[in-house]
Amino acid sequence: MKLKSIALALAAVSALVGAAPAMAQAKEQFFPLLVYRTGPYAPNGTPWANGKQDYIKLVNAQGGINGVKIAYEECETGYATDKGVECYERLKGKGATLIDPQATGITFALTDKAPADKIPLLTLGYGLAASQDGSAFKWNFPLMGSYWTAADILIQHIAKKEGGIDKLKGKKIALVYHDSPFGKEPIPLLQERARLSGFELSLIPVTAPGVEQKSAWLQVRQQRPDYVLLWGWGVMNSTALKEAVATGYPREKMYGVWWAGAEPDVKDVGANAKGYNALALNTSGTQPKVIQDILKQVHEKGQGTGPKEEVGSVLYTRGVIIQMLGVEAVKRAQERFGKGKVMTGEQVRWGLENLALDQKKLDALGFSGVLRPISTSCQDHMGSSWARVYTWDGSQWGGMSDWYQADEQIIKPMVKASADKYVADKKLTRRDATDCGA
Amino acid sequence: MLYRENGQFKSTYRADQQIFPILQDRIGILALLVVAFVLVPMVVSDYWLRAILTPFLILSLAALGLNILVGYCGQISLGTGAFMAVGAYAAYNFHVRIPGMPLIASLLLGGLCATGVGVLFGIPSLRIKGLYLAVATLAAQFFADWAFLRINWFTNNSASGSVSVAGLNVLGIPIETAIEKYVLCLAFVVVFALLAKNLVRSAIGREWMAMRDMDVAAAVIGIRPVYAKLTAFAVSSFIVGVAGALWGFIHLGAWEPAAFNIDRSFQLLFMVIIGGLGSIMGCFFGAAFIVLLPLAINQLPAWLGLSISTALASHMEYMIFGALIVFFLIVEPHGLARLWSTGKEKLRLWPFPH
Repeated sequence: MKLKSIALALAAVSALVGAAPAMAQAKEQFFPLLVYRTGPYAPNGTPWANGKQDYIKLVNAQGGINGVKIAYEECETGYATDKGVECYERLKGKGATLIDPQATGITFALTDKAPADKIPLLTLGYGLAASQDGSAFKWNFPLMGSYWTAADILIQHIAKKEGGIDKLKGKKIALVYHDSPFGKEPIPLLQERARLSGFELSLIPVTAPGVEQKSAWLQVRQQRPDYVLLWGWGVMNSTALKEAVATGYPREKMYGVWWAGAEPDVKDVGANAKGYNALALNTSGTQPKVIQDILKQVHEKGQGTGPKEEVGSVLYTRGVIIQMLGVEAVKRAQERFGKGKVMTGEQVRWGLENLALDQKKLDALGFSGVLRPISTSCQDHMGSSWARVYTWDGSQWGGMSDWYQADEQIIKPMVKASADKYVADKKLTRRDATDCGA
Repeated sequence: MLYRENGQFKSTYRADQQIFPILQDRIGILALLVVAFVLVPMVVSDYWLRAILTPFLILSLAALGLNILVGYCGQISLGTGAFMAVGAYAAYNFHVRIPGMPLIASLLLGGLCATGVGVLFGIPSLRIKGLYLAVATLAAQFFADWAFLRINWFTNNSASGSVSVAGLNVLGIPIETAIEKYVLCLAFVVVFALLAKNLVRSAIGREWMAMRDMDVAAAVIGIRPVYAKLTAFAVSSFIVGVAGALWGFIHLGAWEPAAFNIDRSFQLLFMVIIGGLGSIMGCFFGAAFIVLLPLAINQLPAWLGLSISTALASHMEYMIFGALIVFFLIVEPHGLARLWSTGKEKLRLWPFPH
């Protein structure tokens, strides 16, 4: 009887195993989508996920990537690393093109798994800062920026406001950060900058997910820093702004990373958050042609993923950009490996490494003014380290600053050192020239 | 029908004291082991091995450790996540700081460090009991969260606070593929389950149970509370520590303290309660219930060909899962292990169960 039940269970298991794959069809490019639509990070994760999905729908409506339609499947990670790993394992078997983990913690866990599975990781504006060094991190693509470039640009902006980098001497800058790898990543760069410019850096951690920040803001109140850098995500951002209001810390002196500069972060605080600044990796609004196209060809046909009002918001647009870069990487790979074919992860990796999106191409795609041109190479997996700073005026983001580029002089040696350490710790070797050429 | 013990006579004490006194059980377990070690790696897909069976095994191991403390010794602990974290980070430090350290040795040393911390946080159990002890062990949880986030030494001065391991091997055999990882975890679980089973049947296990059932009476008949309680903490946190190390090294590969947060402690406590307090078998049932069921519920709509939104699927997962917990606790408050043993009892009397 017992044997029988075991046999039955086995039969059931094997039936499930057999049933699980067999979703992705031959002529479709499969994009696994790791998302979080629940939990404390959902307000920010949802528009991002919707942007990605809507862009896929738009590409499909326009005939796919040179005729190859895109298939996709979402998996809910809830921003948790173990769930993210499970989702990755679940979806990778279906022919994953690339993975955008949407979380730094998950990126860390997948960085070790991706090379074995030959799946590129696209971590636009997040992930491991050192992974911009493509010769050490073959499969990671922190396109458009990392936390180090972000922190560097914020310091540059503050210095400009003060009237020169030398004016930072003796100033006090506090970093209020999400106490996780995400929040801790910028610290080495800020320490380096503090050493060079002589400002005082104080580190104020906020326990994840960041709904309780009284003690952190008590520290801010006691230390009275000249500027506060906010490194938050999800509910932490709006809570921080509310606490700043309660503490009476001027919002004008607060600068958020690009993950702390979207509508969900300031909406609840509304007019009280007026003057709060944040990095802008991309623009927002419904003017760009691609957003108009999504509205016309996806939303008006009733196929929109999320509510129509959300289309064109900051994180939504970022989701669209991320998906566009993924699609462009596939296109680029097709140029080399055969137009109209389904690309493997390895081929898409080549596409990501050889992206050349100049202004003309961006204009043709409908992204004029949304982002700057990106061109990647074997050495440089970031492609562009430009960003701007904008300000919340109480009802919308505006007052865009000039473009800043992260200071190569500072970042390059740090990336190299950190990548060297990674390579040494993992007992790997850097890619040689032949690998780069391939 | 088949599950009968008619004609199986025990003529020695040894035969009577076996873990599985009934022949059919022995065959069943043997078959289960053969299936787990041989058949499963052959037929099951990579996804199942990596994302379902390996975490299931590791969490079963952790639940096993916790069950010794909560189920056998009656000391409620909410610090399991902390002891897992200690095991994982200690093993990590042994792994990276001592060149050439064998993997198994790192894992076991990680467990030993967890033992030390476990005993330390077990000391209050000598004075406080029940729910108050649960609150005291909660301190371990917060302390571990704090220590591994703040003290850079533990994370080998990693800037982001996230640590990762690579290039694992056991006696020269690399632990990279899903099968290798699964078999390693399975070996750990089998060995520890056997050890735990024997331990709880021995003198010390009976001391733990006496302590659990009535500590004053136990002390009166000559059981030293200090010894009984602290050994339970030691053994429990050792196993939990090894499970934590496996979770970090084998399952995640790269982790941060959030992998062992308070949710993990609660998850394991629920596993033990739902699986069955004071039952080795129950740990596996509990882990299966908590690990496999949400995944199954989550993927059910896709299997049925329904397309519902990811958020809805995720919410459904919580709702159905919650309802099932309540259902099982009402139907069988002593856990799934009791259902299992009731089932076995009935089978023995079949076809006239009562």
